[in-house]
Amino acid sequence: MKVLLRNPRREIELSGPLRVNALLDSLGLNRESHLVICNGTLVPGDAALPADAEVEIRPVISGGA
Amino acid sequence: MVAAGAKCRTCRGPAIIDLPRHNANFCAEHLQELCRRQVVKAIHDFDMIQPDDRILVAVSGGKDSLAVWDLLIDLGYHADGLYVGLGIGEYSEVSAQCARAFATARGLQLREVSLPDDYHFDVPTAAVATRRVPCSACGLSKRHLFDTAATAGGYDVLVTGHNLDDEAAVLFGNTLRWDIDYLARQAPVLPARAGMPRKVKPLVRLTERETAAWCIVRGIDYLVEECPMAAGNKHLAYKAALNAIEAGSPGSKASFYLNFLDNMAPLLAGHRADDVASVGSCTRCGSPTTGDVCAFCRLVDTASAHAPVPVELVRNRGRRHR
Repeated sequence: MKVLLRNPRREIELSGPLRVNALLDSLGLNRESHLVICNGTLVPGDAALPADAEVEIRPVISGGA
Repeated sequence: MVAAGAKCRTCRGPAIIDLPRHNANFCAEHLQELCRRQVVKAIHDFDMIQPDDRILVAVSGGKDSLAVWDLLIDLGYHADGLYVGLGIGEYSEVSAQCARAFATARGLQLREVSLPDDYHFDVPTAAVATRRVPCSACGLSKRHLFDTAATAGGYDVLVTGHNLDDEAAVLFGNTLRWDIDYLARQAPVLPARAGMPRKVKPLVRLTERETAAWCIVRGIDYLVEECPMAAGNKHLAYKAALNAIEAGSPGSKASFYLNFLDNMAPLLAGHRADDVASVGSCTRCGSPTTGDVCAFCRLVDTASAHAPVPVELVRNRGRRHR
């Protein structure tokens, strides 16, 4: 599957299928700090992402105080 | 096709998000209902907005400021926006585009102030000229310009997009230092005083994961990229630490911050009263200050006299100052 990462913006290829939480864990990303979007729709942690999915992992943490 | 077993807690339809702190999953409709309920509760519990208040929203083009503006309009409030151009290269250009597009699509009024155009400096230059981290000049400028614009425009209340994560991170930093003065000032409502409107934070009961989700399900195009000046700053480090705790103990951030407001903030009220009594007016611009000339006027003098500094020279400056 194609996975778009942000900050910095880059794209990686991973083999699937994968659960959303497993995807985040495999990349060492905290679930509280990210949302996962598949084909334009938010997906919850237990969602199974198919091997041909186009996925965006969107960080939600911003640095201004 | 995405297969998900999670069901919305409210309607039992397919969920789009899991919120461990609520031990629940939600569909798009009921996520929005949750967000509205939390904002209504914050506004009510902390007496943030009166029915006839004129409201100005501080808008950055990021998820939180656009979410809070959208939520207020959705809840029936009339609110204008104020965008401050900070001169942080492409980041500022895109953030302005997001703010303008949001306002135009909804027929809302967006006021604009520009540091480069109106004050002849930008945040990267201010950081170098003052030898301080960029977030310092940025925050100082925004606070001054928001206060000035709100007061000049006759607004009663200035709304900011500070969320639960922002407030918990600030509380965490202040607690690490046991900084009583800053702890005493940390509140979801700062009352109006001469030269300053009432300031309120309606998102203090929502995490930034929830405000980002609100924007996505509402189709709000916000600036996702992080500010290049903020990378490595302490605020982000505190958020990362709190999220590591939250991952193992959902609800910890909300308990940390909201229980501070309930149990500790009342004990610090006396410190805040002392602080208010010592404030006078800037001899140059009339803004509240503890000296003769306010910090923003001094920043303008220093930064506008300095040669322009490219963003690239200041990028990640915060990391070196940790």
